[in-house]
Amino acid sequence: MTTPASATGTAAPPRSRSRGALVLVRFARNRLALVGIALVVALVLLAYAVPPFLHWTYHDNDFASLDTGPGAAHWFGTTHSGQDLFALTLRGLQKSLVVGLVGGPLTTLIAAVVGASAGYFGGWTDRVLMWFLDLMLVIPAFLLLAVLSPAFQHGTWLFFVILLAAFGWMITGRVVRSMTQTLREREYVLAARYMGVHPLVVIFRHILPNAASILIIDATVQVGAIVLGETSLSYFGFGIQAPDVSLGTLIAAGTPDANTSPWLFFFPAAFLVLIGLSVAFIGDGLRDAFDPTARGAKSRRRARPAVPRSRHARTARTARNPRRKPTAAVVPAAATQEGVTP
Amino acid sequence: MGRYLLRRLGNYAILVFIAASATYFLASFTLHPDINYLSKNPRPPLHSIYTILHGYNLDPHTPVCLRYWRWLTGIVLHGDFGRTYDGASVNTELGRRVLVSTELLFVATVLGAVGGVAVGAWNALRQYRPSDRVSTILSYVLLATPVVVIAVGLRTLDTAGDGPLVQYIGMYDPKVHGTLPVVLNNLEHLVLPTLTLLLAQIPFFSRYQRSTMLDVLGSDFLRTARAKGLRRRQAVLRHGLRTAVIPVMPLVVYNVVLLFTGATFTEEIYGWHGMGEWLVDSITSNDVNAVAAVAIFTAGIVLIAGLLSDLVYAALDPRVRT
Amino acid sequence: MTHPTAVLGVPTSRPAAGSPVLTVSDLRVSFPGEAGRVHAVRGVDFTLHAGETLAVVGESGSGKSVTATAVLGLLPDDAEVSGSVRLGDRELLGLSDRRMSAIRGRDIGMVFQDPLSALTPVFSVGTQLVEALRIHQDLTAAQARERALELLDLVGIPDPRRRVDAFPHEFSGGMRQRAMIAMAIANDPEVIIADEPTTALDVTIQAQVLEVLRKAQEVTGAAILMITHDLGVVAGMADRVVVMYAGKPVETGTADELFATPRMPYTIGLLGSVPRLDAGDRTALTPIEGTPPSMVDLPAGCPFAARCPVAVDRCRTEEPALRAVTTGAAHATACHRAQEIDAPGGIPSPGMFPTPASPRRPGGLPRAERPEVLRVTNLTKHFPLLRGSVFKHRVGTVRAVDGVDFDIREGETLALVGESGCGKTTTMLQILDLAGRRAGSVAVLGKDVGRLDGRGRRELRRDLQVVFQDPMASLDSRMPVGDILAEPLRTHGWDRARIAGRVPELLRLVGLLPEHAERYPAEFSGGQRQRIGIARALALDPKLIVLDEPVSALDVSIQAGVINLLDELQAELGLSYLFIAHDLSVIRHIADRVAVMYLGRIVEAGDVEDVFARPAHPYTQALLSAVPLPDPRKERQRRRIILQGDLPSPADTPSGCRFRTRCPKYRDLAPAESGRCDTEDPAAGVLGEDHSAACHFAAALEVL
Ligand code: SF4
Ligand code: SF4
Repeated sequence: MTTPASATGTAAPPRSRSRGALVLVRFARNRLALVGIALVVALVLLAYAVPPFLHWTYHDNDFASLDTGPGAAHWFGTTHSGQDLFALTLRGLQKSLVVGLVGGPLTTLIAAVVGASAGYFGGWTDRVLMWFLDLMLVIPAFLLLAVLSPAFQHGTWLFFVILLAAFGWMITGRVVRSMTQTLREREYVLAARYMGVHPLVVIFRHILPNAASILIIDATVQVGAIVLGETSLSYFGFGIQAPDVSLGTLIAAGTPDANTSPWLFFFPAAFLVLIGLSVAFIGDGLRDAFDPTARGAKSRRRARPAVPRSRHARTARTARNPRRKPTAAVVPAAATQEGVTP
Repeated sequence: MGRYLLRRLGNYAILVFIAASATYFLASFTLHPDINYLSKNPRPPLHSIYTILHGYNLDPHTPVCLRYWRWLTGIVLHGDFGRTYDGASVNTELGRRVLVSTELLFVATVLGAVGGVAVGAWNALRQYRPSDRVSTILSYVLLATPVVVIAVGLRTLDTAGDGPLVQYIGMYDPKVHGTLPVVLNNLEHLVLPTLTLLLAQIPFFSRYQRSTMLDVLGSDFLRTARAKGLRRRQAVLRHGLRTAVIPVMPLVVYNVVLLFTGATFTEEIYGWHGMGEWLVDSITSNDVNAVAAVAIFTAGIVLIAGLLSDLVYAALDPRVRT
Repeated sequence: MTHPTAVLGVPTSRPAAGSPVLTVSDLRVSFPGEAGRVHAVRGVDFTLHAGETLAVVGESGSGKSVTATAVLGLLPDDAEVSGSVRLGDRELLGLSDRRMSAIRGRDIGMVFQDPLSALTPVFSVGTQLVEALRIHQDLTAAQARERALELLDLVGIPDPRRRVDAFPHEFSGGMRQRAMIAMAIANDPEVIIADEPTTALDVTIQAQVLEVLRKAQEVTGAAILMITHDLGVVAGMADRVVVMYAGKPVETGTADELFATPRMPYTIGLLGSVPRLDAGDRTALTPIEGTPPSMVDLPAGCPFAARCPVAVDRCRTEEPALRAVTTGAAHATACHRAQEIDAPGGIPSPGMFPTPASPRRPGGLPRAERPEVLRVTNLTKHFPLLRGSVFKHRVGTVRAVDGVDFDIREGETLALVGESGCGKTTTMLQILDLAGRRAGSVAVLGKDVGRLDGRGRRELRRDLQVVFQDPMASLDSRMPVGDILAEPLRTHGWDRARIAGRVPELLRLVGLLPEHAERYPAEFSGGQRQRIGIARALALDPKLIVLDEPVSALDVSIQAGVINLLDELQAELGLSYLFIAHDLSVIRHIADRVAVMYLGRIVEAGDVEDVFARPAHPYTQALLSAVPLPDPRKERQRRRIILQGDLPSPADTPSGCRFRTRCPKYRDLAPAESGRCDTEDPAAGVLGEDHSAACHFAAALEVL
């Protein structure tokens, strides 16, 4: 074969960093994102590594100091019944972190599976799944979870987390669906299809990994949403049940006396805010790292494809911009706003 | 067009029906309205409790299907959502609470939307300048702060000195009399809840507006506008903002509508008896019919919010209109 | 002043023709980039004279567009710019946004590449045009609207009074670009900068828009700075040309000089690599090996040295400056060896770049005796036309493909050509889908797809493979090349050992190295990626490969190599190709037979030589005549058939002959004859041994 020695020798460009490495580098360059990571690590360590070394456990009562403010003996003060608030808060932190770290990714997983199936198969599958999605949106999740709350009484917080996830995936599901609809028409997906690759394999090999950036970011954001959802329900007594504590139950207990014994409210609240903050920092850092053009938009003009004849390049661009389905974007709003799951 | 609207509304009706029925059954199984009477001291005689409850269609001895059927026909035939556990009309209560929520939310949402868009656009224009960085950090913190914390925080600040700066419990002080004083007192009571809602909403809308605005700042048409001779600022305001607001407004509308049942914390903490508070109170008081009514209302709100935001989108974007 | 500024109503004092209006000297632009500073423009000089057209040509990344943007002062804030840009005697670099804004749109008009994204989607075309007028002129709203209508009329928008309030998305691409031009000339500028103004358009529309641009120049007397990669467009439009490579001009001169006697190896290579519509016979193209250098850390010496076949040691150490070819001449090059090129006893430019020998084709059997690889009979695909987003509803039917017949025999290439919206892509997808239930039939290798079961269909996929247009999008960027090539093999049950043997073989087959299997697509250039795509298609030893615009996303110098590769593979492996394309010049080089599509139908088909030399359908004639030739002399002499208007919507095909709304012949027919076009759908009429056209009045016409 007289293949031109062409593209060969001269060509192969210098080895560049792989995409994963590039994302990491960009992420590491984002100071806020690093702060976020550090915060999460610190919180986890605090919640799990510190309590064994404390003088008070969360269920001890120090009857010598009831309802005292922060001090040397009780760093965060004590409750009316003399429980050490620092120990209590760490205990609550444990629960809230676990709930968030399990629930967030779970939510995203449901969204990914439903959204990708609806988007890839289209037709009736799509119609049925989307109808189901609408139904899930319409069912008042808060009411339902609250009504079911007696069922969590016996310590099965995992069940509670699964329910929270089951009512939190819908908006992301829509986003994944519309992404899949775009990805489905991508040439590498078409190529796989025309090779005869099985549809489910296509979804798992080509579609979901390429939606990974969205999914990872979403999983992060959902951690925050789930923690908030748990807090809200627990606050009204519908979530984590005594004797178990979470930040939500502590905040609820502290609310009535926030004016007179502010530590009871503000210490647990501060930790809740810290979880929210760290998750937001990480999410944003990831977003920037995955899509460097999203922020600056500056580099976009130069990054225009070579000879823009490509109709795919054009569709890709339009797909990114207009016609964002409003309801799809709407999302995190309902979740974060008032802290009530939608 | 009418046919498509009808089809969509028909689907909505089915969705609401399913959601409401599911809630009704679930609530009937898990909530026990009789507790409200059984725990009274002195306890009224049992048979009279159940006679009363029977009258409200809440008697646990009636098979649930029968209760459901009565409840459903009441709604479908007479638009009657039934009685609360203490015999009040759910319809009346619903109407009253919707009005309360409306008053609470009106100012907050209008200011929140306008403020959010303005702050977001302004930040985008000054991307990475100190003002942008400060408001970025501030909005991060506010977004990470649950509404309870904002509300309780404001309340604590308010009372930090000797006595409250502004009054906040309830809609107005029942001790005040006369039209004008009541109105003024009512306005005073609005201050803190409104502030709470604003602090929750403005950062959210402004982050979103900022990012759509940044998208637009790199767009080709903005470059065209400048190539025509518009200055940067003019081009951004005339062409950029108008386009960047398109995806934000439907979001705003959606959220504002959802807030009708979503302002739970604010209402609870400041003692406003609106829809959000009812969401919680109806459950804690084991009030099956009220829970079901709230469920229908919430489901309807979600659908209306979706429809309205679609319509707003179409109104703003000629590409979608056609 | 006699030129019709009156039309535009802005009496400006205009520089005399020939005097310099725009002088750019030593312009340098750099941006911060991921890997370091990108030096996009590294010292550009040129002068634009009143009334002339200067073309800046170059491939992607040559810095041509950045140059144009820098002139307008619209570079992003993080760009560093130095040098000088003078408009008349005003220095533009460093002007404040306020003062620059007074110049933009008034003295310099701009036409951008993609007219869809370049117009604000939420304002009507009229509003945007009125705005352009009122920024610089003191007009009432009513006056401005009147003027806007005049302008729209001037650029050839039919019925401007009705169209003026339409939104950009309601315009076709050609119309939008006309509106852009109207905006650019609204204030009677001295300079119009056109940045790839026709790149996003089809050839027949391109011809219309270039015509409008010429007219605009005539009316305003403006000088045009034309940024383009298309040498054909340059040949037809430009008086003078600047060729850019790696951020610098490497050759400048009049269009005639540059095309007839190029003196810089890059220009010579570029001209040699362009497939030409007027070249007879299938000959191999001359590629320029290698890829342009990275603009982050440019090696010392001539930036072209790595790809230059006549580079000497000096080229690798010292960067040549732009020098006049003969003292005092306008023709200048940046090459150490310019004096030797085409000089007696020097380097002859023909043959400077090695042209691979044309692959020998098996003489073989006559077409009729070779087996059929693909037969498509009466293929039809209609889509519902949906409207509205809030209430989606069906308002009609798009007849994307409406009765298409063709066949491909073993070892041959059939090109399916047509402009966007003609149905060629839908036809391709219909074939590739191998769907059972459909109108019309598709038979691959003699097997009717409609009668196959799932297994048969899978088996068939082995023999039918596809290469897509966009080498970026057709490879999954997360997978290393080895996995990409293995995917079809794995899918069809090859074991690991066989795959491990096959992958290096495939890479070698397409001119890459076995080591490349471990790398990711992002590490390859566009041309190399397309080779990987081809290798993947070859993996299962298919009989038929569908090529969907396989070279249209590549720069010409790269494109030539890929076309040659396809040609060689076909000769070597006895493949058959279905080649979907819009570019007629490429087709002339690669195809044996061609089928021209219009609105879901094939209007003319046959042997490439026959169809190109003696096109018989008026549409084919117009299409061929619209393709610009990279030869200024020929371009000037050609009589172009310019089609009127846009492609009708495929949801609303005209009765009778679907081309009649735009048919130039139809307009000249006597009413008695044209009545036939109105009512009777023309069937394909046989014109020669392998040549047919669907026109009642088909008659050959030489257009090249
Ligand atoms: S300077 Fe040398 S390398 Fe550059 S084009 Fe001329 S001969 Fe080739
Ligand atoms: S049939 Fe008539 S309208 Fe159609 S192409 Fe021929 S001459 Fe033109």
